[in-house]
Amino acid sequence: MSTAQQTPVPVHSGTQTPAPVPRRPPGTAHRRTHPMWFIAPALAILGVFFFLPTLFNFVYAFTDWSSFKSDINAVGIENFTDLAADGTLFSALRITVVYAVLVAVFQNAFGFALAVLLERDTRLNRVVRVFFLIPVLMSALAVGYVFQALLKPDGSLNQLIEAVTRHPFQYAWLGDTTWTIVVVAVIHAWKWMGLSMLIYLAGLKTIPEDLLEAAHIDGASRWRAFWAIKSPLLAPAVTFNVATALLGSMNGFDIVQATTGGGPARTTEILNIFIYRTFGQGLFAQATTMSLVLFLLVALMAFPVIRFLRKREEIL
Amino acid sequence: MTTAPRLSDARVWTRLQPFVAVLLGAIVIGIPLWLVVVTAGKSQGEALAPNLALPSQWHLWENFATVWTAGEIPAAFFGSLLVVVPTVAGVLVVGSLASWVLARRATRLTAVLYALAISGIVLPPAVVTVVLLLRHLGLAGTALGMIGVYTGIYLSTVIFFVTGFVRTIPVSLEEAAQIDGAGPFTVFRRVVLPMLRPVLATATILICLYVWNDVFYAFFVVGGRLDTLPLNLFRVASAGLYLNNWHLVFAYVILMSLPLVAVFVVAQRKIISGITSGAVK
Repeated sequence: MSTAQQTPVPVHSGTQTPAPVPRRPPGTAHRRTHPMWFIAPALAILGVFFFLPTLFNFVYAFTDWSSFKSDINAVGIENFTDLAADGTLFSALRITVVYAVLVAVFQNAFGFALAVLLERDTRLNRVVRVFFLIPVLMSALAVGYVFQALLKPDGSLNQLIEAVTRHPFQYAWLGDTTWTIVVVAVIHAWKWMGLSMLIYLAGLKTIPEDLLEAAHIDGASRWRAFWAIKSPLLAPAVTFNVATALLGSMNGFDIVQATTGGGPARTTEILNIFIYRTFGQGLFAQATTMSLVLFLLVALMAFPVIRFLRKREEIL
Repeated sequence: MTTAPRLSDARVWTRLQPFVAVLLGAIVIGIPLWLVVVTAGKSQGEALAPNLALPSQWHLWENFATVWTAGEIPAAFFGSLLVVVPTVAGVLVVGSLASWVLARRATRLTAVLYALAISGIVLPPAVVTVVLLLRHLGLAGTALGMIGVYTGIYLSTVIFFVTGFVRTIPVSLEEAAQIDGAGPFTVFRRVVLPMLRPVLATATILICLYVWNDVFYAFFVVGGRLDTLPLNLFRVASAGLYLNNWHLVFAYVILMSLPLVAVFVVAQRKIISGITSGAVK
């Protein structure tokens, strides 16, 4: 309980003599002023609607729960071996990780570029920033449909390319088994880059002006001042942006569903698309198994990434 | 004279930057939005292959009227409200109550509880088994079940933001009220809650954004039983794209996006400063 005793009221911490009031044991004081039951409703809701279903995941992934029969039996790791045997498990895992990494890279690159471009606080820049925030407000489903229309083989993008190059151009942006995942990741990044831009702008604002001035006096070029001073000080913003982009895309669904639905040939079928599809087919146990896989993937991937980024912040 | 060219470089960029910014905005954001508006204004024949040309005759209001009934927008709008409003109110009240105590009591137990409470920011919710759970609770397909699921998912975010904020508020104000004999609930309501306003505003915006636009969790919990705007957009689009009704899909997109855009335009500056202040400390 050494930590509890070290929590005096901050007001007294500056004085060198101990506080004149006789000290109560810290626990009892808090019990009256900050009762633990204030936490109870939050814990109850989290317990019922978040942790209990997660616990169920670890149970029902090992059963044959489906819509075709009423009883549920334990089947061991059959669901996992089935999914591994037909290659679905690893392809869905690989696609989800590739998608998440691509989104994290694009979203941060776009957001950072926009923040640098629109850094100065002019009226025009403020208007343009708001413009780039519109996709953040739009429903991801809607964004997906817009790009589905834009990227059709006879769609507007190809027409624009034809008009510029004066050559016929009929590329199926959303029908390529190799590159469509990249295209969809770019769309995901397009939707969220405004938010990343805001975070980077806030990060740029925290950099003290005199630091840059000192570098300028020392003869550093703008370019060098940028890389040597600004970019390391942006580390907290990078942490936040990379973490949210990774988490958002690993839990992604809407944009992929609205653009490709997992196709072509299931090359963009991230875990949540698989879960949605198999759930719709009544294969609840398979959907649960993939839900558990997603849970483990995020738990295994997110925590080390966040710890790594935090550590890098400390070094810089 | 080595600095002269560098200075002019900077000046060139200052001159050029407004044009680059406007051009980029027009291409990257303007073209997709333009496509939405002109396609939503076209007749079905013209909208078969969506392109950037202006409609030969504007049918915007007719298309709005069509999706208003076909997409059951009034029902979906109230369905969305029915879910969003209690969810936001619930997470804010329950979350800030817990955050206050979690921030002020520095014991090992509260540290563990805090870690548990914010783990939901990272961990994905179990969407399939939550359906089973709701069935056991008799809440399957109901708005109440949906509210419970959303509250469970987003409570972590609120607790994370609010606890961080409470730690920056000095305790002395609370103590003054305590000496005057105020109980914990009065202290919370009269002293703490008013000071939390900025962070609660941020949390409100983020959670409205997530819940208003969510379709994935809604599919599992209330799909087919309750209309929400994104669920109906999905229905309209799934049927509409099959029939190549792009004009209706985009008319729906416009109507659905308007409420959030309106809120954003009105409270734009507050929203931007709210979102950014929470992230970079």
